[in-house]
Amino acid sequence: MTDTTQNSGSNGAHGEAAWPLWEVFVQDAQAAPHEHVGSVHAVDPESALQNARDVYSRRGNVLSMWVVPAAAITASQPEDRGPFFDPGEDKIYRHPQFYTVPRGLKGL
Amino acid sequence: MHTAESTTDEQRNVAEFEARIAAGETIEPKDWMPDRYRTQLIRMMSQHAHSEIVGMLPEGNWITRAPSLRRKMTLLAKVQDEAGHGLYIYCGTETLGIERQELTEQLLSGKAKYSSIFNYPTLSWADMGVIGWFVDGAAIVNQTVLAKASYGPYARAMIRICKEENFHKKQGYEIIATLARGTPAQRAMAQDSVNRWWWPSLMMFGPSDANSSNTEELMRWRVKRKTNDELRQRFIDLTVPQAQAVGLTLPDPDLKLNEETGHWDFGEIDWNEFWAVVKGNGPCNRERLQARNEAHDNGRWVREAATAHAEKHARPAASPVAA
Repeated sequence: MTDTTQNSGSNGAHGEAAWPLWEVFVQDAQAAPHEHVGSVHAVDPESALQNARDVYSRRGNVLSMWVVPAAAITASQPEDRGPFFDPGEDKIYRHPQFYTVPRGLKGL
Repeated sequence: MHTAESTTDEQRNVAEFEARIAAGETIEPKDWMPDRYRTQLIRMMSQHAHSEIVGMLPEGNWITRAPSLRRKMTLLAKVQDEAGHGLYIYCGTETLGIERQELTEQLLSGKAKYSSIFNYPTLSWADMGVIGWFVDGAAIVNQTVLAKASYGPYARAMIRICKEENFHKKQGYEIIATLARGTPAQRAMAQDSVNRWWWPSLMMFGPSDANSSNTEELMRWRVKRKTNDELRQRFIDLTVPQAQAVGLTLPDPDLKLNEETGHWDFGEIDWNEFWAVVKGNGPCNRERLQARNEAHDNGRWVREAATAHAEKHARPAASPVAA
């Protein structure tokens, strides 16, 4: 995913306006989650989906595809790696190994 | 004062960055990275993407003249794959903070480099076989290692590409194997193609390690995991038995198995030719660039129509049809 702000208005090659960027997610098996595979540029959602189909599903094996405007994604920052996710690190009582029960019982 | 402080910060950041690389961690787009790592990756990845795009031209040249429907379908699919591979790598390059349009502009203006191999002409049908066998074969050797590169988006693009590219090599070898057991004329055409493409294919791995200014740094940052010479040797070792299996000769009188190392020793590469083609004086440099520019210009009306369509549908309330 990009970390740059999108420039839908700027002019680049040969003075044409840049098309927005769309992040592409693909589900490749029943019951599997959608996974990020890359991105495409397209002028609107429909053409983004068609471009994504042409680029990311040439071998079949795709059950479902999402395209999301890259600018619409809010992501955590690398420096959050510690503090932002900390609350999940120190609660060992969220794991079953934390608890002591009599040995030999089934279904616990 | 400020300068001294920021230098210290920079040094600490670089030390942390290099420690992460040394620990085998993957660098992701938002992570801090030295400017030099960013610019080296933009250079390498965009050259790679441009190569995929320009690489469509020598093969596209033969689509209308493929000798059977099967060959034509295959070649179309392969050329379409190359377009897709270019797009995978462009989108990876953009994560480094450069716009797609700037990359396109660099290619069209001739400022950007791409693999020199695509500046050679495709003179016969056998060239479609040899390109798949040698050129895609060399690319696979290179890309298999790049799939372990330290930059996440590049590594992920390489994994996707490697999965798809085995068909490219195999279809090429099938073409050559078929010609090699065909009529004497077909066999001669295959041999002629092998003779023309062998040396340029070896040059695909870039200058010898002694003359590769970028190698040391790229190896330290684990963008590259093997040197140009190591990869070139691997390609030669893989390819010699494949040539022997179809009875074709590789055009190098010095090619012989070194019993001690287990590798095939080979003759001197003509680096003058390599640098001439890199600097724009290969047989097809100008033709390739012109073809890309024409394609871009001829596609302008499509891009304009798509933009107009999107703008019209973005404001249905203002449309007279809606009333």
